[in-house]
Amino acid sequence: MAEAAKDLSTEKVTLDNLDPEEVKARIMAKYPPKVARKRSKQFVINKVGEDGKTPVINANVRTVPGLMGQRGCCYAGCKGVVLGPTRDIINITHGPIGCGFYSWLTRRNQTDPESTPDGHNFMTYCFSTDMQDEEIIFGGEKKLKQAIQEAYDNFKPKAIAVFSTCPVGLIGDDVHSVCREMKEKLGINVFGFSCEGYKGVSQSAGHHIANNGIFKHVVGLDDTIKEGKYRINLLGEYNIGGDAFEIERIFDKCGITQVATYSGNSSIDAFANSHTADLNCIMCHRSINYVAEMMETKFGVPWIKVNFIGAHATAKSLRKIAQYFGEQELIDKVEEVIAEELPEVEAACAEVRPRTEGKRAMLFVGGSRAHHYQELFGELGMKTLSAGYEFGHRDDYEGRKVLPDIKVDADSRNIEELTIEKDPERFNPRISEERKAELEKAGFAFNDYDGMMPEMPDGAMVIDDLSQWETDQLIKIFKPDLFCAGIKEKYTVQKHGIPLKQLHSYDYGGPYAGFKGAINFYHEIDRMVNSRVWEYMKAPWDKNPELAATYACD
Amino acid sequence: MKFAGKTDNYAATQNACNLCSPLGAALVFKGVSNCVPLLHGSQGCSTYIRRYMISHFKEPMDIACSNFGEHTAIFGGGANIKLAIDNIRSQYSPELIGIATTCLSETIGDDVPMFIRSYKEECEDKENLPALVHVSTPSYQGTHMQGFHGAVRALVETLAEAAETGDKPLLNLFPGMVSPSDLRLLKEIAADFGMEPVLIPDYSDTLNGPLWTEYQRIPEGGTTIEAIKSTGGAAASLECGMILAGEPETAGTWLDKKFSVPAHRIGLPIGIRETDKMMDILAEVSGNPIPDKYLGQRGRLLDAMVDGHKHLNGVKAALFGEEDLVAGLAAFCSEIGVIPALCATGGGAGRFEKTIKSVVPERIHRKMEIMEDVDFVTIEKALEKTGVDLLIGHSKGYAMSRRLKTPLLRVGFPVHDRVNGSRTLHLGYRGAQQLFDRIVNKIIEIKQDRSDVGYTYM
Repeated sequence: MAEAAKDLSTEKVTLDNLDPEEVKARIMAKYPPKVARKRSKQFVINKVGEDGKTPVINANVRTVPGLMGQRGCCYAGCKGVVLGPTRDIINITHGPIGCGFYSWLTRRNQTDPESTPDGHNFMTYCFSTDMQDEEIIFGGEKKLKQAIQEAYDNFKPKAIAVFSTCPVGLIGDDVHSVCREMKEKLGINVFGFSCEGYKGVSQSAGHHIANNGIFKHVVGLDDTIKEGKYRINLLGEYNIGGDAFEIERIFDKCGITQVATYSGNSSIDAFANSHTADLNCIMCHRSINYVAEMMETKFGVPWIKVNFIGAHATAKSLRKIAQYFGEQELIDKVEEVIAEELPEVEAACAEVRPRTEGKRAMLFVGGSRAHHYQELFGELGMKTLSAGYEFGHRDDYEGRKVLPDIKVDADSRNIEELTIEKDPERFNPRISEERKAELEKAGFAFNDYDGMMPEMPDGAMVIDDLSQWETDQLIKIFKPDLFCAGIKEKYTVQKHGIPLKQLHSYDYGGPYAGFKGAINFYHEIDRMVNSRVWEYMKAPWDKNPELAATYACD
Repeated sequence: MKFAGKTDNYAATQNACNLCSPLGAALVFKGVSNCVPLLHGSQGCSTYIRRYMISHFKEPMDIACSNFGEHTAIFGGGANIKLAIDNIRSQYSPELIGIATTCLSETIGDDVPMFIRSYKEECEDKENLPALVHVSTPSYQGTHMQGFHGAVRALVETLAEAAETGDKPLLNLFPGMVSPSDLRLLKEIAADFGMEPVLIPDYSDTLNGPLWTEYQRIPEGGTTIEAIKSTGGAAASLECGMILAGEPETAGTWLDKKFSVPAHRIGLPIGIRETDKMMDILAEVSGNPIPDKYLGQRGRLLDAMVDGHKHLNGVKAALFGEEDLVAGLAAFCSEIGVIPALCATGGGAGRFEKTIKSVVPERIHRKMEIMEDVDFVTIEKALEKTGVDLLIGHSKGYAMSRRLKTPLLRVGFPVHDRVNGSRTLHLGYRGAQQLFDRIVNKIIEIKQDRSDVGYTYM
């Protein structure tokens, strides 16, 4: 693998008329040698070879202290990302007040409480044990028990989940035994997560821990096979800005039944029943592939990778689902829906495209979004100069084919891998070996994700765990027309006169998924890259208008 | 220190009305020129605190971190902090690195002052070494305000020197956690009295700056290290915050003790009385009369109060947020005829009730409820019984405002569902004027909206 990468990178490529290798060298030169060696492996010039082989990128490794990165912590991935969007579980943060406060409905996950009969929605609440000195010294289990009891008394929820923050692991509180005890006492589902912030290298560790916990404590509790044809789960869709609502609309129109979404607009009852679906469709591969893998092993539900970001990607994903079920009725319906939805999308795109064509974007976000959104930019005729993930692993970059080659370091080894076995009664392969082979022969990919790099052009810079300082350097060197990242990067990039689109929280906009989402996105990008405001940066009396363009990489 | 006990005997906190202490410290360090704040702990702390403060200020917010891993949590963070300082220096060449701890490094008992000493000793280019200032901010003690005031004190204690005064008398200003607009106002007032203000912190430019015409490694602005050093030679210190005034050890008291710089401790200058007090002190300290400009502002404010009083008399408001802000607002409300029917804070200094009562006329006390160390669930329950016309506080009161169908006037921090969080003016006669106009207009708007007819003259 490493050999192949070497060969690939020897051929010279250009990026925006610059030599990307030289750009990289200039940036690395600023670091102390040891740091530069480490960062070099996370800063790769793309070159796609035969069979989609790409250079090796180092990912999912610890951020060097003092480099201001984008990453959050394990707790953020577990409580904030994966479990946060489930409206009817009371999430209690066990720790001092900050962690709970900062993850209090900050991710713009939308939900529709009307879609479950009890109407429960605890997402607007922030429950915390608000640990004080006393608990740090004498232990916090007693207060945690009280907190669970109070949450139960006040709200009578179906389930309560407990999330551990840094000090909890250090003082040795056993949240799991507290949860077991309270589960027995209250007669509702109570479960805990050991997602202390210092675990792993990013929120990715927290995703994994959340996946494990949900699988262990919730999935499979309700075997009722509910009504509906073409029953699927949508995994790794968090309903930021209403994305899941738009995807649900399309599924409804196609006659596809959604058993559960992990975890946008979700309910714990749907998780409990999700193993009865016949197919798992994964949006964000990084945050949720564990549940899909475990569900297949235990219950026989296969998974496929889908992408509903981009109108054509949406159409492609719908066709993939129809192909899996293989029934003409669904195949026809999907085609009908696509034919009905696409003209409006294409008209919107055609209207906007003359103003976006040829503009250059950079995307540094997520564990899938930096990949998915390149679809939408492609539709707008925009070019992606550089992209990278905040918390992705090598398989998200290079594809799952590299899984056997990934070295497990100490940080990842500490995250529990559940040993899952076939359920003796409930394992039910949803698709016969013959049918599977037939589909695969026709090019259908099960349990696979090709990653971002094979779809990016040669010369593009792929940078893992981009730091704030590197962001500044990229901006100075390339002056892209649009930068996509999160709120932490937004205002620095915009100070340079370059618009930044938040692809975590969508800048208060959305949805951007599906067909209607694509239209929203086209208009949004048009607004951003063609805004008049940047013109006014140069005042009429300004004698040196080029000043803004004279940055040198220092 | 926060009290362990909660109103209603709840053990847990639901919808907290306070944030954690490293946030306050990081904010203070953002108000120092050419400074990079560094949180010693898990990277989640710096990420959360950055994203949270950005949602209010909408400005660059670089805060570094020593990135603890599991290994670090077990063996200590000495190596991490040194590497972090090295890397911050090579990327940003700061003049000061402000180091605040987190609950992680505090729980394992990292000795940060010792790490700093040994870093300094081992450092090869001592002449280029930035100042390293440390403040202990475990988030299980106090609120963001303890972190804030602790960092202000740490800056002064680490850097202040017995300095010669220049041409203009120096005035140390410890403004408390107020908006960039407030900071600018305070600087303007001090300058108008002919004094040289040293504001700690001063994030008026770093967190409310223009677009850039050239790259800035660290956003321009903030109090310089030289200025902080000179605080030891100032003519006086003005420290704002009635609750803070009850703290035995602050930046102001330390300078008083160490360098005999007299400390004047007043409340946040919100409203007529506290602003008058500030003006009086400044006139005395500077030896200059109160500039006409401010007499004009005061006059116009009083004129507006006379005009608008008919709308406000008997209006009941609930005030919530950080202790000193609520105390300031309570004082102001009682000047304009608004009854501060409920005053609540997530802070727990133990002086809240007494302080609030001291600024509101005694005859109103029986109409008031004062709650310390409470969360929003407790506040909301109280309001269900009390019922007020208006809520005055930060964005986290929105859910309560929606359920109670009572409008929320946004002040203080955090304000993340409006665009002007960093531009809201609270202090001085001008701040009072703006608050007054907003409150009156809100009351008129409510009346107007509730009218079946739709009168335009109210």
